[in-house]
Formats: sequence, C-alpha cells, structure tokens
Amino acid sequence: MLQYVVKRLLSTIPVLLGISLLLFFMLRMIPGDPAQVLAGQMATPEEIENIRHQLGLDRPIFVQYGIFLSRLAKFDLGRSARTQNPVINEVWARLPNTVVLAVAAITLACLFGIPAGIISATRPYTWFDYLFTSMALFGISMPVFWLGLMLVVIFSVVLHWLPAGGTGSWKHIILPSFTLAAFVVAFITRMTRASMIEALSQDYTTTARSKGLEEKVVIIKHALKNALIPIITVVGLQFGLLLGGAVLTETVFAWPGIGRLIVDSILARDYPVIQGTILIFGLLYILVNLFVDMIYAFIDPRIRYD
Amino acid sequence: MTETTQPHAWGTQRSADSQLKRNWAKLRRNKAALFGGILILIYLITALLASVLFPGSPSAPNLIHSLERPSIKHPLGTDELGRSILGRVIYGSRVSLLIAIGVVFVGLLVGVPLGLVSGYYGGKVDFGIQRVTDTLLAFPGFLLALALVSVLGVGLKNTIISVGISMVPIYIRLVRGCTLSVKEQTYVEAAKAVGTRDRIILLRHILPNVMIPITIQTSLGMGMGILSAAALGFLGLGVQPPTPEWGAMLGSGRAYLFHAPHVATFPGMAIFLAVLGFNLAGDGLRDVLDPRFRL
Repeated sequence: MLQYVVKRLLSTIPVLLGISLLLFFMLRMIPGDPAQVLAGQMATPEEIENIRHQLGLDRPIFVQYGIFLSRLAKFDLGRSARTQNPVINEVWARLPNTVVLAVAAITLACLFGIPAGIISATRPYTWFDYLFTSMALFGISMPVFWLGLMLVVIFSVVLHWLPAGGTGSWKHIILPSFTLAAFVVAFITRMTRASMIEALSQDYTTTARSKGLEEKVVIIKHALKNALIPIITVVGLQFGLLLGGAVLTETVFAWPGIGRLIVDSILARDYPVIQGTILIFGLLYILVNLFVDMIYAFIDPRIRYD
Repeated sequence: MTETTQPHAWGTQRSADSQLKRNWAKLRRNKAALFGGILILIYLITALLASVLFPGSPSAPNLIHSLERPSIKHPLGTDELGRSILGRVIYGSRVSLLIAIGVVFVGLLVGVPLGLVSGYYGGKVDFGIQRVTDTLLAFPGFLLALALVSVLGVGLKNTIISVGISMVPIYIRLVRGCTLSVKEQTYVEAAKAVGTRDRIILLRHILPNVMIPITIQTSLGMGMGILSAAALGFLGLGVQPPTPEWGAMLGSGRAYLFHAPHVATFPGMAIFLAVLGFNLAGDGLRDVLDPRFRL
C-alpha cells in the first residue's frame, strides 16, 4: 500500500509541472508588462523594478521559469496587488470556509443521492424511479446560482427562516450547502442507480437471494458493497465540480471562501491572488483524486496495488 | 469491378437508411428525448425569430417603468432600467445560442483532431497530448474557463474561447478512447495494408466511426456551454451589458431580489429550460445510439 501511495504521489509530478507551466504562462499571455501587472495599478516605478528583478524578468525565459518553480515550491506566490498581504496568507485564511462548505455539500449530496439511487435501482421504471431520475436531470440542468437565488427568495425573503448570506451561525451554512449539494447530487443518484442495477443482476445477488436472505441484506451487504467503487469514483470526481460550483455559491451567499476570492481577484485584476487560488484549486483536486484511489483498496480487496 | 461494387454500395446505403429510420423511431418513442427536442425547437425558433416575437429594442432603457411586476403589458415584468424582461429573455436566447454553437465549435475544432492524432499515432505524440490533457483536466472545467477569462478578459468572444477551451480536454479524451478501439478494426488494417495515407484513414475510416459519441457529447456540451457562459455572465466576467445575456441578467437581478424577485427568476428559468432540452436530447441520443453508456 505504501509503495502504491508513493507511486501515485510521484505520478502527480507531471500534472503539477503542467499546472506550474499554465500558471507561469498565464501571466505572460496578458498584454503588457508582467511586472506592472503583478505590482498592480498603483505601484511606483521602484516597486515595479523591484518585482522585475525578483522574478528575473530581464533574464532568459527558462531562468524565469526556474525562479518561478523555486518560489512555487516554497508556496511563495508574491503579494496581493490589492492588500499587499502575502498571497498564501490570503488563500489560507479563506480555505477552511470553502472546505467546510464543500464537505457539508458532499455529505448532504451522498445522504440524498445514494438512497435515491438505490430506491430507483430496486424499483426501476416505477414512479419512484421516474421521480428521482427526473430530479437528477433537473439538478444537472439547473444553474446553481439561480437555484441559490431562488432559495434566498423562498427561505429568506418570503419565509424569513434563514439568513440570505454571510457567516456567523449554523443557520448560515444551510442554504449554501443545499445549493451546492443540488449541483452534485444528480450525478451521485445517476451513478448509484446505474451501478446498483448492474450489481443486482449479477450471479452473487441471485445466489444471496436463493439462500433466502432478507432483501435488505441482499441490497446493502451484497449489491451496494459491490456497487460502491463507481459511486466513490463519481463522488471524488464531483469534488472538482463542487469546487467550480463553490465559486458561484460563495458569490451568491457572500460566503468568504476561496471561490469568492478568485472572483474578486479577477474583477480587480489581482493576478498574484488569481495564480494562488488556481494553484490551490488544482492541488485540492489532485489530493482528492489521490484519496479516492486509496479508498478503493480498502473497499475492494481484489484491488492489489503492489 | 464497378458492377460488383455498385450493388454493394447501394445495399450499404439502404441499410444505413433503415438504421437511421430505426434510430429515429426509437428516439421518437423516448418521451424524455422528445420533450428535450421540443424544448430545443422552441429555443431555436425563439432565437431565430427574436425580432419578430419582440419588435423594438431589448436594450433601450425606460426608467419610468423600472422594476414593474409582471403585467399584461410586460408579461415577465421589467428590470431596473425599465426594459421588458420578456424581450431580453427572447433576445438572450440568440446570444446563448451563439455561445453554445461557438463553444462546441471551439471544442470540436481543437479536441477532435488532437484526440484522433493522439489515439491513432500513440507513442510520444500521444504521451505529449495526454500530459497536456491531464493538466487541463486537473482543473474543474469552470475554473479553467475562469482562469482563461482572467487572462483574455471579458466579452462575448472571450467567453466563447474560454468555455470552448475548457471543453477541449473532454473531446480529446473521448475521441482518443474511441480511436484506440476503431483503429484495431479490420477495415482500418485493410486500408493501411493497401497503402492508404494516414490522413485519409483518419478522415474517411476513423472519424465517421467515432461520430456517434461526438454527436452525443456535442448535445450535452451545448447545455454545458450555455450553463458555463451564463455562470461567467452572472459573475460579471462574461458577456457585458447592455447585451441581453441570461447570466448577466440574473447577476444584475440579484441586487433587487428582496423587492423585485421576478428580475432574477425568468432569465434563470430560460437557462434551465434550454440546458434541460440539450441534456434530455443528449441522454436520448445516448440511449438510442450508444446504449452501453446509459446511466
């Protein structure tokens, strides 16, 4: 297992290098002087010159990339052009909020999506099935930002039950996490349904039934256990979608996470922060996929990584 | 030789026609796909006949009528500048259709050739293209579009390019996977054996045989494109006012959520129905043409 973890970690290096290249060239694609862009609109000529020297912008491009990589390895992404704070501090301060929101949303999505998928699969082509599959399709097609606004209209404007945005109490997380959950629950429901239908048609399920086992035991212990791998894969993959959705959900609900930070930074053309948030998003996505790969080994003993 | 190939070619044509008829009949029986098709048809008619359905300018302000609730004169109410929301939703369909077509075009134009080349040649070419794809896939599609917008800037053209590029890795992976299996088929080997050039093999033998998954992905991609472009518009990073774009309309309606919720309600509904149409049609096409991938 350890060998697999090390191998899997090493396999992320080319992707990390790819991300670093993307971030490096991102600034160079913008018309104008990258030093000026990084320093911001209000910077003095001395500050701009200082940044140019720090980044080695007067040196060959591969030297610049080398400097960029060494700074990246130390998580040194410069300072925000708006606040002058180190970028990593800005990102770090908001990261927990996004993680809390993402975890709450994925938990809610699993709590609804997996049972809905199981019910659909065990009662295919009944009105239960049509109801849940239709809800799943609606979830995929619905703009998350619109759903968020409609929930605000219903629960904040009309009913006055929940706050429309911000943070402070447990009530503040309900609407954003439901909105974000709706974004991914559809995929989880559909995948659970598909893999459960397949598992329920396998010989081991027939054998379990022919032994006279209770249907509940057949579904949970035999079918669901075998259907879990694709479900976990899709939950892991949806995490990426969730990060994309977090950008919108955090904007709708004024939730102070890194999703909102990236939007504010793009609007203010604060490139060091844009680079930092994109890097963190990429790293988070890679880490989640790595984690999902490792869970496989625990769920399915047939998988022998070494 | 000609005499022997002609009946064969005719027979192939006839079998293709009957296959098409069978698929069409299956598609018509699929109620969800039919509903999706109807939604797309309404959407297309609205976009094409926007100026007939709503004569007058959708962007001309009329401040006396600002934030009016739905009425007979303005069935969907008016926005903060007194413009008819119905008119802007109708004209917005034109903008979103343009975006959907543009986005899919960019995805196809870049993704399909790269996927074909990567799957067909393999080796270093495949390795290089796949590592770039891996990097692009390391970002959720919408974040990639955001990153590109931050570099390219806002506006219709840049929205199309950014969202389109964010779809490229999906097309590369899809087409590469299909190419890997098609290139092992006997007819491709036969074409190689008689010395057919690679370009001809790719265009005449492999591409037509990977068209089904591409068609399905294109339908789903149009829905995704509308959704992503609307999301950029909502954040103020997409199409800019006064162009009537559904996402941007929703974004500006957010400020009036407490007093005039209708401003944000109807553009969102339009996005939802258009995306639902493409998703239902895409799912239906997949069920009929490629049931292996049915979920």
